[in-house]
Amino acid sequence: MNCRSEVLEVSVEGRQVEEAMLAVLHTILLHRSTGKFHYKKEGTYSIGTVGTQDVDCDFIDFTFVRVSADELDRVIRKAVAEFKDALGNSGSDGMGQISLEFYQKKKSRWPFSDECIPWEVWSIKVNVVNLANEQERQICREKVGEKLGEKVINIVEVINRHDYLPKMPTQSEVDNVFDTSLKDVQPYLYKITYQITDSLGTSVSTTMRRLIKDTLAL
Amino acid sequence: MDSDLSSQDRKDLDKFIKFFALKTVQIIVQARLGEKISTCSSSSPTGSDWFNLAIKDIPEVTHEAKKALAGQLPGIGRSMCVEISLKTSEGDSMELETWCLEMNEKCDKDIKVSYTVYNRLSLLLKSLLAITRVTPAYKLSRKQGHDYVILYRIYFGDVQLTGLGEGFQSVRVGVVGTPIGTITLSCAYRTNLALMSSRQFERTGPIMGIIIDHFVERPFTNMAHMHPCSYRTPGEDEGGTYAGIEDSQEVCTTSFSTSPPSQCVCTVSQAHFKTPKPALMATLKVPLMGLGVSQQLYSSRLSYQTPALGTVDLCHPTAFTAGAHPHQMVVPGKEGGVPQVPAQPNHGTAAEHGRIPSFPNGQSPLPAQPTSCVFLCLQVHPPPSPAPSSPLQGSLHSNSSSHSGGQPQDDFVMVDFKPAFSKDDLLPMDLGTFYREFQNPPQLASLSIDVSAQSMAEDLDSLPEKLAIYEKNIDEFDAFVDTLQ
Repeated sequence: MNCRSEVLEVSVEGRQVEEAMLAVLHTILLHRSTGKFHYKKEGTYSIGTVGTQDVDCDFIDFTFVRVSADELDRVIRKAVAEFKDALGNSGSDGMGQISLEFYQKKKSRWPFSDECIPWEVWSIKVNVVNLANEQERQICREKVGEKLGEKVINIVEVINRHDYLPKMPTQSEVDNVFDTSLKDVQPYLYKITYQITDSLGTSVSTTMRRLIKDTLAL
Repeated sequence: MDSDLSSQDRKDLDKFIKFFALKTVQIIVQARLGEKISTCSSSSPTGSDWFNLAIKDIPEVTHEAKKALAGQLPGIGRSMCVEISLKTSEGDSMELETWCLEMNEKCDKDIKVSYTVYNRLSLLLKSLLAITRVTPAYKLSRKQGHDYVILYRIYFGDVQLTGLGEGFQSVRVGVVGTPIGTITLSCAYRTNLALMSSRQFERTGPIMGIIIDHFVERPFTNMAHMHPCSYRTPGEDEGGTYAGIEDSQEVCTTSFSTSPPSQCVCTVSQAHFKTPKPALMATLKVPLMGLGVSQQLYSSRLSYQTPALGTVDLCHPTAFTAGAHPHQMVVPGKEGGVPQVPAQPNHGTAAEHGRIPSFPNGQSPLPAQPTSCVFLCLQVHPPPSPAPSSPLQGSLHSNSSSHSGGQPQDDFVMVDFKPAFSKDDLLPMDLGTFYREFQNPPQLASLSIDVSAQSMAEDLDSLPEKLAIYEKNIDEFDAFVDTLQ
């Protein structure tokens, strides 16, 4: 089974980075979260209810929908804030990429650790632009709002292809497929990573890897 | 085809489709109420949340949807549509979008009804939640209130998209295959926001009495019979079951099985509770908003639209009253007039313009509104240069005389506008035009790169000559230096 990979690109102003990332990530997670599973006898289970809420962006003319799960929101906001700080501190031209990867765990025998097999990866490439005056910022507010709308439509299009989804697990396997740590909702197991592209166009992580390889080669 | 489906599966599928249709309508209408929606997650299944999503049921909306369905289900050739339109305080209306729930003949016989179809329908509802915030009508609905309201209409049968104007766009929310056909949910939305009206100025009242009361909140004087939305939660019902419509709501307590599909368990139970007395809802609008703010924000939103809209140039960004707008538009009414909207004394009116009203209260239709000027200032065509300032009344009357012949094909009338506190003796233009014109002044000539580059080039060219002169007079320079020492 190949991992499905989707790439989205956005160009935003510095102060819009956080909200744009939250909008995209929450839209994806809305579709990749279910209610909490309650297993019963005879291998049946019932599913809790997922609430939703509208979030207005302050710096973008846009409103997005997220699941009503404050814990999940906190986790996503923390990851996005780290990404934004890394973008700001990198001294690069303001290009980076944040990835949301959904994976399944495959139990391995001892002494090997569990394997994480991704089945869907969403990569959001961000390009930060600098604007000169308030009029440009106003135009950017609306433009980015429209672009995010297009991204939401793209996301919905991909989701509704109904491609591979992990099978619904038994009670013993549920932690290999879903993140059961939250109390309100149950998203598929996911991880968020990011990388900042330096001005040479190479990612910092690639440069580090090369450095280490070169050092070891001596 | 159907014989492959067990009767239990068929019953379940019909139920899923029915409640999917009802929830679709709820999501769409609630997304156009003009306020942010928020529902809570619940880790324990309550049994009443279809598709495991917390979507409130506005009773009036459910009633309208059930009335439109009239006991049928969306099926092949029978689409359920929710039409969203905008109605101004003067009575002009414009269709903004039409959401269509359709079914085609492509069947997926192998799909499991009570598991896969159910989960995919749930996913489709989530997609609908996301997409309803993305279409242009969402922003308009968030700004509704004093100047315009958003209405909805549900109908069943053939999809009607002609009211959306030219160049409307479509977005597909998603599809779900079922053993009896493929369910498709999509939205067609208007891109041409020019409000056209066939009601010409000869029917307009005097302009003067309407314009200049800036910053005074005027109620919807023509909309006395439309009221703010006051939908009732189940706890506030007036008692009594609703006659004629099934008065039991089926509760979904769906269990799923992780065992092989043949052992799939799905229990759906019925619970009986009273539905509130039906109240026909049309106007789902929030309490009145600050006029100046809403107009300014609205104008800024729509001043930068996609090329499909053409150059949408709104009137000046200063605040202005509901009655006075620089750009007038004429709206082609349906059937040659304002769509008849039935009157409604206590609640909102039914958003069933175009349908023959028949209400329990026996209300008469709303009479055509005499109108002064249409207040939504949107023009699709490039604006001409700003007209010289002239009294608003004068220009309106002069334009109205040219239109008194009743030319329904004219797009709009340019009317110059004089905002409050502006003087036109020093500069013959108003604040908005001044702001636009002087917002991006040209760069100073002395700072331009060409000039400096040119002078540098000239300097470089003259250097050899200067050096030659200095070399020739080198003795003089040496003597001069000696005198200094």
